[in-house]
Amino acid sequence: MGRSETVPSGEPDRPEVPEQRTGEGPYLQVRDLRVRFDTEDGVVKAVDGVSFAVERGRTLGIVGESGSGKSVTSLAVLGLHNAKRATITGEISVGGRQLIGLPEEEVRRLRGRDMAMIFQDPLSALHPYYTVGKQIAEAYRVHHPRAGKREARTRAVDMLGRVGIPQPAKRFDQYPHEFSGGMRQRAMIAMALVNDPDLLIADEPTTALDVTVQAQILDLLSDLQDEFRSAIILITHDLGVVSQVADDVLVMYGGRAVEHGSVEQVLRRPQHPYTWGLLSSVPSLHGDADADLVPIKGNPPSLINLPSGCAFHPRCRYADRNGDRSRTEVPELRAAGEAGHLVACHLPAEERTRLYQQDIAQVGVAR
Amino acid sequence: MSTETESLLRVRGLTKHFPVREGFRARGAVRAVDGLDFDVRPGETLGLVGESGCGKTTTGRMLVRLLEPTSGTIEFAGRDITHARRGALRPLRQDLQIIFQDPYASLNPRHTVGRIVAMPLQVNGINPPGGIRKRVQELLELVGLNPEHYNRYPHEFSGGQRQRIGIARALALRPKLIVADEPVSALDVSIQAQVINLLRDLQRDLDLAFVFIAHDLAVVRHFCHRVAVMYLGKIVEIGDRDDIYQRPQHPYTRALLSAIPDVTALGPAGRIRLTGDVPTPLNPPSGCRFRTRCWKAQERCATEEPALVPRDGGAQLAACHYPENGPIGVVTSEPVEVSQ
Amino acid sequence: MSLSPVEGAARAEMEPAADPVKPDEQGIVGRSPGQLAWARLRRDRTAMVSGVVLVLFVVLALAAPLIAKLYGVGPNEQFQQLLDGNGMPLGYVGGITGDHWFGLEPRLGRDIFIRMIYGMRTSLFIAFAAALVTTAIGVAAGILAGFLGGIVDTVISWITDVALALPFLIFALAVVPTVGLRFYGPREEVPPAFQVIVLIGIFAAFGWTSTARLVRGQVISLREREFVEAARASGAGLGHMLFRQLLPNLWAPILVAFSLAVPSYITGEAALSFLGIGILEPTADFGRMIFQSIPYLQTDPAYVFFPGVTIFILVLAFNLLGDALRDALDPKSSR
Repeated sequence: MGRSETVPSGEPDRPEVPEQRTGEGPYLQVRDLRVRFDTEDGVVKAVDGVSFAVERGRTLGIVGESGSGKSVTSLAVLGLHNAKRATITGEISVGGRQLIGLPEEEVRRLRGRDMAMIFQDPLSALHPYYTVGKQIAEAYRVHHPRAGKREARTRAVDMLGRVGIPQPAKRFDQYPHEFSGGMRQRAMIAMALVNDPDLLIADEPTTALDVTVQAQILDLLSDLQDEFRSAIILITHDLGVVSQVADDVLVMYGGRAVEHGSVEQVLRRPQHPYTWGLLSSVPSLHGDADADLVPIKGNPPSLINLPSGCAFHPRCRYADRNGDRSRTEVPELRAAGEAGHLVACHLPAEERTRLYQQDIAQVGVAR
Repeated sequence: MSTETESLLRVRGLTKHFPVREGFRARGAVRAVDGLDFDVRPGETLGLVGESGCGKTTTGRMLVRLLEPTSGTIEFAGRDITHARRGALRPLRQDLQIIFQDPYASLNPRHTVGRIVAMPLQVNGINPPGGIRKRVQELLELVGLNPEHYNRYPHEFSGGQRQRIGIARALALRPKLIVADEPVSALDVSIQAQVINLLRDLQRDLDLAFVFIAHDLAVVRHFCHRVAVMYLGKIVEIGDRDDIYQRPQHPYTRALLSAIPDVTALGPAGRIRLTGDVPTPLNPPSGCRFRTRCWKAQERCATEEPALVPRDGGAQLAACHYPENGPIGVVTSEPVEVSQ
Repeated sequence: MSLSPVEGAARAEMEPAADPVKPDEQGIVGRSPGQLAWARLRRDRTAMVSGVVLVLFVVLALAAPLIAKLYGVGPNEQFQQLLDGNGMPLGYVGGITGDHWFGLEPRLGRDIFIRMIYGMRTSLFIAFAAALVTTAIGVAAGILAGFLGGIVDTVISWITDVALALPFLIFALAVVPTVGLRFYGPREEVPPAFQVIVLIGIFAAFGWTSTARLVRGQVISLREREFVEAARASGAGLGHMLFRQLLPNLWAPILVAFSLAVPSYITGEAALSFLGIGILEPTADFGRMIFQSIPYLQTDPAYVFFPGVTIFILVLAFNLLGDALRDALDPKSSR
């Protein structure tokens, strides 16, 4: 995958999310995205002012727990929310095209052709009554109305082969239930990529898979990205997966972005106490196996009744250091020292660095 | 392996075959579990790891007698419980409990928390000193829940709290051995660590033995004294934790460890990549079951099934004709990528 | 074709995110699922209106003798003096007066209002009793078939299929008169209580199948749930598992099935009476009233109107309440 250990040289040094630069800008640009649902029990602010950008050939990992808004964000990008139930504001620009406010029919045309999605459970996304090959061919013909049946079939067989399915021509005529879990996920990736989309959104693509198969699928995604130069959003709760394939990381909590930067910055020099908590609570294959893990206290918040101020403050070990501010003021996502590294925390930068070195570095990532 | 007198749980040749029928005729059997031998000593935690379909959950259910074994024996505290009926099992039930994976399905939505935790006591007609309510509140406190929440319903709790309720229920009868079936895999990352720490504290304080079933090797490493790695219904390697994680002998154990994406290492995980999926247990490969995905497989592997034996006279047993013997990270043979 | 399943999955994926996480602290005593359903039902205006209508009907039916006393007219009193030479009621709209609110029957000259009250009593009694019996049989059969599985399930499912295959009306037309003859002979009068029991028996023999199927399906899905396994792992017996673990989770579908069975038995009983095999004269009955009023559709429309509209409102209210109950007990099914 197009990993670069250093921040790209063209990255602007400013506190906002990368703006569109001259020349080729980020393929996907999301600004101040807000998604709300009206429910019986109140308004759910599933996503509350999230901004990010993904360039072609790069992978953004969105990390968060259940209810952090990570899946809702990706569905908003694809325009898959029901307009009757969800209120969406902000800007989503895909390949320079503004998505929000676009008629349903045009979003539909973009979806599948310019952007595609891979789901956690391929079984629910593949239709059980059609052969896998037919579904892939159909996905191709939807966006290539002039393509004949034979052309679509050739294309589908080609895609099945490219995602590593042995004997693709034979597999074309099989039904989803005849595929194993890993093969189904590959077929789903083939279906998503059949129209050469420039943006691929993978929502927990490997969570339902075994580790050995997960490794295969992650390798496959990297290889395909090298080949197609698509922009990828990878949504996951697994920091291990993110460390393996992402170039940039966005950490979400309670519908807001709390930390954003390159994978190196976020996982090696994390600035937000929530990210620290995630890193120190993940069991690792290295270090002292007998040492207790350091969990984050409490439970993820309710999106209906989000804690005031910094949503993380009830679970934060350091919330007291900011006095009332953590309870009254929502922290903004601000530059955290390094270029491109943003964090939403009231703690002063020097103190964060000191706390990280003192409390986390020993038990967390660096153990 | 431990001396037989001191083991709390002794499993020999444990097998479970699920018959597959086509109409009325039997069409073979899914060999979900195919001859397991292992022991668990009092106060010891044994991790049972493997990928889906390896038979680890089936094994756990046979241990607590939710499934009837096809053959083999399960001895608990010196008594054969393999086919014991409910009445005969009753005194042992108190010593043998289970924690389930899904914190949503494992609690009866129509019962209050108090009733859920009290269920094992009531079913077994036990009236603890001070009354059931007092005991339940003690248990809730023990697992880190507010004992005042006695009258609440499961839907009012988060996933992690629900899993704590399930743990309190398993502890109600003061068991000696708990089978924990993927107890943290349905939980959020930040909650997983809370529950693992809780289980560790309980294990230490109450001197509980655990059979800890999981697919996540990193979680198992933080909880278990010994680890058994399963593949297609068989144990391929069993040994002390440090041996398994630092000097794995079976190629499958190496591949499994290598496939785990580790936060501590940026970039693609280890070098070993297995191709393909786990074969179907309906028709497992001849000889060594792992040979179809193994990069070291020779002709002998297809014809002769390797026995689970120690290599160097130690406590680490591996079922492989060509075991590895270097530390992890060093693969002794050359080809790493194999095609099927 | 290929897009729709993907979008379907996308919507399904969205659900958990939209589902609110319950706030942690909200008082020490929790609200049970039943209390939550009741709260939802209270907010449903249709449910409340139909509930009030039903309570009113039930109170009227139960208080029939009392109403007769207050009203001053009995169900079998005849007012021949208020009919004309052709047996048609004198006055307008079927003889509506201050004394006879809904007018009089042609020919016999009985009061329609009080006969409706009594007819409602018969109808509601038969419908409720039949619904109770069928639900009880259905629940028992369904739980046993679903939980025990194997041969028990096969046998019960087979009986269910047979019961479903028998044509209800033909069976009823054949059985009801035969049973009457068998016990009472051709000349004797069949007592009303016996007719009622035969009707309930007929409904019970055919009606339990749908409840049994519903409950069996529910039990099969619950049986594999881990909380049942937890009880089994603790050494619980069959009784504990059926009645303590499973039954509390079955109340919702049982209640809905019951509330939808009652109106179907009201119309069913009316239909049988309409065909002449229901409750016989002189016992007042809804179905037979409608049957007898049909020839007067042109000459005395009021005779048709009042019983017809009442039974319509009664059945509609029951069905609306049943639907509202289902939505309240399982809020996800309505969306």
